[in-house]
Amino acid sequence: MSTSHWVLLESEYILHKPSINIFYFTNTALALLKGSPLPTLSKSGAMSHTQNTKHPLISADHISLLRSGLKVIDDVSLVLNTNEITTLIGPNGAGKTTLIRILLGLQKIDSGTVWTRKNLKIGYMPQSFEVNRAIPLTVFRFLTLALGNSRKNIQPFLDEVGGGHLVKKQIQNLSGGEFQRVCLARALINDPDLLILDEPVQGVDYSGEAALYRLIADIRRTRGCGILMVSHDLHIVLGESDKVICLDRHICCSGVPEMVAQNKEYERLFGKEAAQAYAVYNHNHDHEHDLSGNICSHEDNISQ
Amino acid sequence: MIDDLLVRSALAGFGVALIAAPLGCFIIWQRMSYYGSTIAHSGLLGVALGLIFAINTSAAILAVGLVLSFFLLLLQRQKLLPVDSLLGILAHAFLAAGLIAAGTLQDQRLDLMAYLFGDILAITSQDILWIYIAAIISLCLLIWHWDQILMLSIHEELAQAEGIRTEQTRFIFMLLISMTVALAMKIVGILLITAMMIIPAATARPFASSPEQMAVLSVLFSGLSIIAGLAISFQFDSPAGPTIVMTMTSGFLLSLYKYSR
Repeated sequence: MSTSHWVLLESEYILHKPSINIFYFTNTALALLKGSPLPTLSKSGAMSHTQNTKHPLISADHISLLRSGLKVIDDVSLVLNTNEITTLIGPNGAGKTTLIRILLGLQKIDSGTVWTRKNLKIGYMPQSFEVNRAIPLTVFRFLTLALGNSRKNIQPFLDEVGGGHLVKKQIQNLSGGEFQRVCLARALINDPDLLILDEPVQGVDYSGEAALYRLIADIRRTRGCGILMVSHDLHIVLGESDKVICLDRHICCSGVPEMVAQNKEYERLFGKEAAQAYAVYNHNHDHEHDLSGNICSHEDNISQ
Repeated sequence: MIDDLLVRSALAGFGVALIAAPLGCFIIWQRMSYYGSTIAHSGLLGVALGLIFAINTSAAILAVGLVLSFFLLLLQRQKLLPVDSLLGILAHAFLAAGLIAAGTLQDQRLDLMAYLFGDILAITSQDILWIYIAAIISLCLLIWHWDQILMLSIHEELAQAEGIRTEQTRFIFMLLISMTVALAMKIVGILLITAMMIIPAATARPFASSPEQMAVLSVLFSGLSIIAGLAISFQFDSPAGPTIVMTMTSGFLLSLYKYSR
């Protein structure tokens, strides 16, 4: 390891390692999310990292997590790049959400290293949740809560996800699809470099799913940010992704969608039908459906 | 003389409502109604310890409340038992400890009834001053952390991911509840403090379209109930604290009309 290599890493990355004490860890995560200056990292951290020519947003290197003696994350390595959609698929209990929590800096790991680019802004959309009806909350207030002290106009973000008309609505009265779009707008509000979306189409009806995935693909195209998305619907997701990681505590297989869909491990986890369904879906569309199922052009659907 | 008494009681009640009602909104949003009761139960231990060590009872109540909150935060780190079970354990452990401590005070005068039910009519001008100072400090603290506590109530994980220190925020919230309990004890007593926090907030819910609106409305409802409750209590010579709580409950029942629409 050369000295110049080390200097580069120190200036551009922060490091999560299991040996770091909890306060360092939390402070780093907090600083990361607030975009404030970061604590410098310990020199030992540079040891296992091999320099990535693509300058990744986050790079996880052989990370493992034990829970009651069981490996819930087993030797997982992954790299998230800018302008790239990475889809994380896997059965229930595969550790998808846990892995996301690790990448967000909310969960300590037992071994391995997570490299996070300095001042990386992450937009996070958690798994669909039921909003407590006791809280009177408009979409406007829900979004401004994410702003902190800045006085940004939130309307463009709602427009971007096709939810401009929802601004005055009570969160409790939104449909599943509307709520997911509002959460997506909220994740976009600080202009993130990386979007982390945990099951973005949960609670959305079938016709809405495709529209939402299309929207996510468009966000990548217009913003050029990196996207990490968790899903367990397989075939719809695969088409838009640059990279698919199939997780079952360890990484079963990963690569471009076509490769993963034909992989034996994938077939073992999800069954032959799923693998074949991908082929069925992988065709070109000449029209779109909006939220109510009407046929509309692609652009209409986004700007709605 | 009676007018003066009424004004003083109403002023004291409104001072407590200033902080109790907005806090009550958060208690409802976080489904932590039992937490208010638990802290209130621990109030008796605070009173007894205050008398044993000859320190200010409000300070003792606050200290006991903080110890309880600390225990709760520690216990919440385990994931097997839900929070209501933990509160059930802590509430009764602290109540039992309070009764034992009170038992050692038999030779001294410990008017249990006064602490259980409060005595708003015994409020002095100095009490009122203290109530307003404490209420305004608490209110400032609450407003300062408003967005964080609100975000915590909406979605804990999202709050965490957005950089909110959840344990720290939760501790501030618990500190505020303990302060309110210490403050409100003389007004309505240990048994009815939770009512003063929760009922006005619940009454405000159907009329509010934002969290802030709900907090302001709950203070107004609380203030109105206190004035009406005191007037009724004077008229019919009923105990003041419980009469205020019954007035609040009547207001809540009326608000059900709005709920159903």
